[in-house]
Amino acid sequence: MTIKLGIPSKGRLMADTFDWFSARGVTITRTGTDREYAGRVDGVDGVELVLLAAGEIPRELAAGRIHLGVTGSDVVQEKIARWDTKITPLAPLGFGQADLILAVPKTWTDVRDLNDLDAAADAFRRAHGFRLRIATKYHRLVRAHLKAAGVASYQLVDSQGATEGTVANLTAEAIADITSTGATLDANHLKVIGDVMHASQATLFQSLTAPMSAEDQRLLRGFLAKIGVSPGG
Amino acid sequence: MTVKSDIRAEANRLRAAFEARGAETFEPQILQPAGALLNLYGEEIRARAFVTQDPLRGEMMLRPDFTVPLVQAHIDHARAETRYTYAGEIFRRQEDDDTRPTEYMQVGFEIIGHAPSADAEIAADAEVFATIADTLNGLPVTGTIGDFNVLTTAILGLDTPRRRKDALLRHLWRPTRFKALLDRFSRPAPPVPAPADLNIPHVGLRSPVEIETRLALLAEEAETPLLKSVEVDRLMALMAIRSTAPAAVDDIKRIAGGDEDIVDAARGVEALLDALAAKNIDPATLKFEASYGLTALEYYTGFVFGFSAPNLPTVATGGRYDLLTATLSGGRRIPAVGGVIRPDAALALRGAAK
Repeated sequence: MTIKLGIPSKGRLMADTFDWFSARGVTITRTGTDREYAGRVDGVDGVELVLLAAGEIPRELAAGRIHLGVTGSDVVQEKIARWDTKITPLAPLGFGQADLILAVPKTWTDVRDLNDLDAAADAFRRAHGFRLRIATKYHRLVRAHLKAAGVASYQLVDSQGATEGTVANLTAEAIADITSTGATLDANHLKVIGDVMHASQATLFQSLTAPMSAEDQRLLRGFLAKIGVSPGG
Repeated sequence: MTVKSDIRAEANRLRAAFEARGAETFEPQILQPAGALLNLYGEEIRARAFVTQDPLRGEMMLRPDFTVPLVQAHIDHARAETRYTYAGEIFRRQEDDDTRPTEYMQVGFEIIGHAPSADAEIAADAEVFATIADTLNGLPVTGTIGDFNVLTTAILGLDTPRRRKDALLRHLWRPTRFKALLDRFSRPAPPVPAPADLNIPHVGLRSPVEIETRLALLAEEAETPLLKSVEVDRLMALMAIRSTAPAAVDDIKRIAGGDEDIVDAARGVEALLDALAAKNIDPATLKFEASYGLTALEYYTGFVFGFSAPNLPTVATGGRYDLLTATLSGGRRIPAVGGVIRPDAALALRGAAK
């Protein structure tokens, strides 16, 4: 019996996660060649490393195939309907901060907030015969945010990357994306309007659906005590 | 435990009852092109309907209702006044509540394309309501009615420019935005922003002319007198009416405070109640809610109604949807009113009544 810990399989997020655990006395090392997705957890008993694409960790947690996982709170809320019934956050890790924001061209001085966006979107629809397009990969979060604010007359178009470029490429009029410094928005002549829709950061999550034996519970308590995190659920 | 074949039998029984009242049967495809639905309902429909992809036909949806394909067929075949009925599954995506079903049966009765007069409207509204009430006869349901005409009349009567009234009418179905608009029109406008610095490159399809036009509108808006608080209060009081139907008519007249247009709207409700009484429906047994259906039934424009019972999904809902027929027909006036019954709920009540 082991506790399965899902960690992003590459990049900055993986390295920062390794460092975070290492600072708490748990050493995670990759084994085999650097192309092999395998690794080892030292300093604690009964914890197995599962390297996964960051975007798949929410699904694995929700399905209960891993007990713990590190990923951005944005992808959890975007990908899992009623996420809080399946997954619980244990600890923000203090890195990977990014805000989900809505941005429009800087030259839209008439659009200062969501009230203006709604009115501009209505006029746009009448002028162009289709709804104002917002490019994003965060469909659920953006739709929920705009619905709560009562904004209508828009449509979401899917953009999985280089989202800030869609406005200049005439495939969208506005964008909703995560930003950490705002430099990319600035370089693409865009400005933020409205509130931050979601303030995301790398977070240690626990699955509420993973089956656990008494032994697993004991191992989990030991692991969380070691890294100084209170158990959830 | 209700089995699907029982629900289907109940649906067929209800549909046969509507056919006996002169309705012809409509049987649309389950997969519908997404375009018309998206154009009509906007992005919100994607959260509520199952979207799928056909390699040749593009984006398709599992039908979230029958009304849209029915109105399209009515328009495509250039039909005159017709009564329709249908029975079958509709599909609704559930993002927040996994206790709600993703598919359930609906049986409908609709009158599309009747004469555009006020008398014909009341006759059709009463016919749809009474027809559905008759098929639910004997079941312990409470009928509730509403009439958007009362609220739209009060909005159109505000002492403010047409563009503000249009904005309010457009958002009548979104309470958050509606209140935000009333609030904004009741307070001095913030300073009008300056045009963008010419050194900032313009990007995107929304043109500099469109931005200038809206800046000019904001300037005009800043000069526009505030909404009168007495008129806003009157509108809010009308929206809050919940009473038995005859008492609600008195409430509307009282709140109207001599405003002839609103009193006329009250007389419209009164005429409908008379038409219902002529069909043996006692108005005193009906509830009236001025905001009925405001959050759920986006496309209704005039008379709305529902039949409900405790601890069950709404057994039947319906209303007038002239705006939907206008949108789908490119602006033509095609008066239409209809309603749907959920046979599963009707069956559950029948079982409980035994």
